[in-house]
Amino acid sequence: MSDEPIKSKKFSRRAFLKVSGGGAVGAAVLPSLVKTTPVRADGAEVFKGAATIQLKVNGKARSVEVEPRTTLLSALRHQLEVTGCKEVCDRGECGACTVLMNGKTVLACMTLALDAAGKEITTVEGLAVDGKLDPVQQAFIDKDALMCGFCTPGFVMSVRALLNKNPHPTEAEVRQAVAGNTCRCGTYGRVFEAALAATKATNGKRG
Amino acid sequence: MANWKPLEQMTYLGKRYPRLDGLAKVTGAAKYTYDVNLPGLLYGALLSSPHPAAVIKNIDASAAQALPGVKAVLTDIHPTGTVRYVGEEVAAVAAVSPEIARDALELIKVDYEVLKFAADIDTAMQSEAPRVFFEQPNIRDPRKGGKGDIEAGFKQAAVVVESDYRTQVQTHNSLEVHGCVAKWEGENLIVWDSTQGVHPIREGIAKFLNLPQSNVRVICEYMGGGFGSKLQSSRYNGIAARLAKAANAPVKLMLTRPQDSMTAGNRPNLIAHVKLGATRDGKVVAFQSKTYGTAGIGSNAGSALPIAYDIPNTQTEHYDVYTNAGPARAFRAPGCPQASFVMEQVMDEMAEKLNMNPLDFRLLNDTNETRKKEWKLGAEKFGWAKRAPKPNADPGPFKRGMGLGAAIWWPGGRGTKSQLTILPDGGIEIRCGTQDLGTATRTIVAAVVAEELGVPIESVKALIGDTNYPYSGGSGGSTTAPSVAPAIKNATEKGKDKLLDLAAAHLGIAKTDLMIANGKVSAQSNAAKSLNWKQLCALLGTAPLEVQGEWVEGLSSAGVAGCQFAEVEVDTETGLVKVLRVLAVQDCGLVLNRLTAESQVNGAVIQGISYALLEDRLIDPVTGIPLNTTFENYKVLGALEMPKIDVIIYDEPARGVIGIGEPPTVPTAATIANAVYHAIGKRVREIPMTPDRVLAALST
Ligand code: FES
Ligand code: FES
Repeated sequence: MSDEPIKSKKFSRRAFLKVSGGGAVGAAVLPSLVKTTPVRADGAEVFKGAATIQLKVNGKARSVEVEPRTTLLSALRHQLEVTGCKEVCDRGECGACTVLMNGKTVLACMTLALDAAGKEITTVEGLAVDGKLDPVQQAFIDKDALMCGFCTPGFVMSVRALLNKNPHPTEAEVRQAVAGNTCRCGTYGRVFEAALAATKATNGKRG
Repeated sequence: MANWKPLEQMTYLGKRYPRLDGLAKVTGAAKYTYDVNLPGLLYGALLSSPHPAAVIKNIDASAAQALPGVKAVLTDIHPTGTVRYVGEEVAAVAAVSPEIARDALELIKVDYEVLKFAADIDTAMQSEAPRVFFEQPNIRDPRKGGKGDIEAGFKQAAVVVESDYRTQVQTHNSLEVHGCVAKWEGENLIVWDSTQGVHPIREGIAKFLNLPQSNVRVICEYMGGGFGSKLQSSRYNGIAARLAKAANAPVKLMLTRPQDSMTAGNRPNLIAHVKLGATRDGKVVAFQSKTYGTAGIGSNAGSALPIAYDIPNTQTEHYDVYTNAGPARAFRAPGCPQASFVMEQVMDEMAEKLNMNPLDFRLLNDTNETRKKEWKLGAEKFGWAKRAPKPNADPGPFKRGMGLGAAIWWPGGRGTKSQLTILPDGGIEIRCGTQDLGTATRTIVAAVVAEELGVPIESVKALIGDTNYPYSGGSGGSTTAPSVAPAIKNATEKGKDKLLDLAAAHLGIAKTDLMIANGKVSAQSNAAKSLNWKQLCALLGTAPLEVQGEWVEGLSSAGVAGCQFAEVEVDTETGLVKVLRVLAVQDCGLVLNRLTAESQVNGAVIQGISYALLEDRLIDPVTGIPLNTTFENYKVLGALEMPKIDVIIYDEPARGVIGIGEPPTVPTAATIANAVYHAIGKRVREIPMTPDRVLAALST
């Protein structure tokens, strides 16, 4: 934390997030960012600089301008119009923003965009290959594992990640894999069915 | 009178087929309000009151105004200047990014004169409690109901049960928060809203902004759940429009998750004292209730007691209690799950006193013919006969029990309009200003057209969720399917009739001899005389065929019955209740899509279990602050707790279309509560049935 960009007298949760997220990539990028500006009523200085970084989203390199505090979710949704990942709680409680980063699920609302620079990001928009749906997506449609659909991209990504590492899961393993995803419409039972149906059709990994 | 063809002749209706917008939803192509992005879009944010009761003395927003990136600030959005619950909107900003909008809120200084408050119902009911509205007491005048002669009824009763029950406040927590995007085009306003009713919302927004309704267009192509909370326009709609006007740019204003929980509706609680009387041979003859409930600063916290049972002598008395909390809104079967929780348990208490099996007691007292059949069917499928005759039958610490409860719902369909367009190249469009809440409305709209025209469902473009389409009401009260399906069928019948006129003239065959099926029109007397769909539509020449339809009698009904059975396991050492399985039997007349109808029942049961075991909006009585406004601490049922749920849709096609969204959530909590009693032999009289309450019941 030697190149600590925030000289806060007090840490709000958000300010802390900005600091704690300054991992390897952040450390390389942050010094090039512009100076801090005191903007908060309580006197805490919040880093206001922005930097342009490259995100690899669904196989394409995309430039985004982010502040240290910008989440991957915000960058995807607001700058890249990749809106399949949903904003529901914005604090890691619901799984609706689940995306794959280098093949592993991450919550885009809890990941700083800076930390995603240079990594492979796959969202629900990137699962279909040559216009052919991922078997997980097809199974969700066939089994009606969706109602309003707002939680659905998150569930699809969690199931996809599970099948990538465990092509033939049990129902108990499916339940564990989606335990971090909330659905208020109540699609769970059919998500389990869809996941198990997709294992039969699965041909290789995606994302 | 119009009618549907027999179920066996249907291609889609009554069958299982995937929803049409599944593809858009699993690929991320579906654009919800939250996803609407427009050139130059600004992001709105609302400053919430931290106080449960306070007068706004002064708002200094100069620092927010000066923050680079901030394009509009409103400090006059509160209608009265006196806030009455934590979370109420006090000021609003619009900025170039959501992050800057949040920064701006932190720079707004508000001086409040803090007032005394009563944020929970127990405090508010005390005689010395601070008044929520200064001009009137917190406990409002009672609403009384009933029938027959209550005194004579109880005189007839040989056995009387009297008991107390309590239910909690439940928040909707739709995954998509309430919010909208507002965009001005001159004097015209376009609003994308996450709503259950584009037409009613337009009316509300126009009224609020004092605009002609014709200047307002509301769009909702996809929405992320509502459950009753999105039937009306909200303050945020008007605020978004004002911000957009002030900034001269489109504004997206979505509530935060906590704001959604605090301000955008809830299911009121219920405190009930009830008395039930029955004759020695088990006929229920009298029911009396005195109830209290809070809808926060709103009203209508009543319940539907005595709900599913038609009792000859009843007397109900309900008191709404004001509290310094966000106003209630309709929530899936308003007034019913709470009434059912009370009623089904007091029915079971009575059955036990009479030494009757709860099922036999229901069969003796239920006057609904459909439900009587459902009770028997459900009991057989569930294995009710295997139920231990006495409660608390398991010797070990894990005890199993079975319970049951009745589902009921009343409303049916009403005025909806539609427009069918057949294009000369064979394209089919159906327009209707309804909306799809996740209930597969878009799919059933297309299915009714496909069924009538004998074409594949994929060839029908269903256009909904826009006030530019013909009128349909809000999607509440399970009224959507019975409102919409008849209007769609009506337009399609008329369109088909016109197409048959053209075909008859072209083929030189009597219209009565023609039939439309499998994508073509052909003569019944001579199969060689036929036109395929494209040839048929080409007869239109250059002008599309446009026909208007409307809701007509005979294709829908009101009122449904259902019943549920549940088996639970209670760990008597920890107090944890685990639901093992639920069986729901539910009728909805003519089923439009069996697959998606089952999904709705699943969802309703899941919400019911969640209500029974986990959900409880908590407000700290000392500070008035809601304590669980996020998913982290407001628990809803998740994947790990999901029991096996079986659904039997009970067909009664002759009754036409009836809604199914609400009734199956009515009895779930009650059913589980009865099962818990059967498991442990002690009544848990308050939901959610958390381990501490179960342990407390066990120690009595
Ligand atoms: S939005 Fe990221 S976990 Fe809820
Ligand atoms: S389908 Fe609506 S929240 Fe899951």
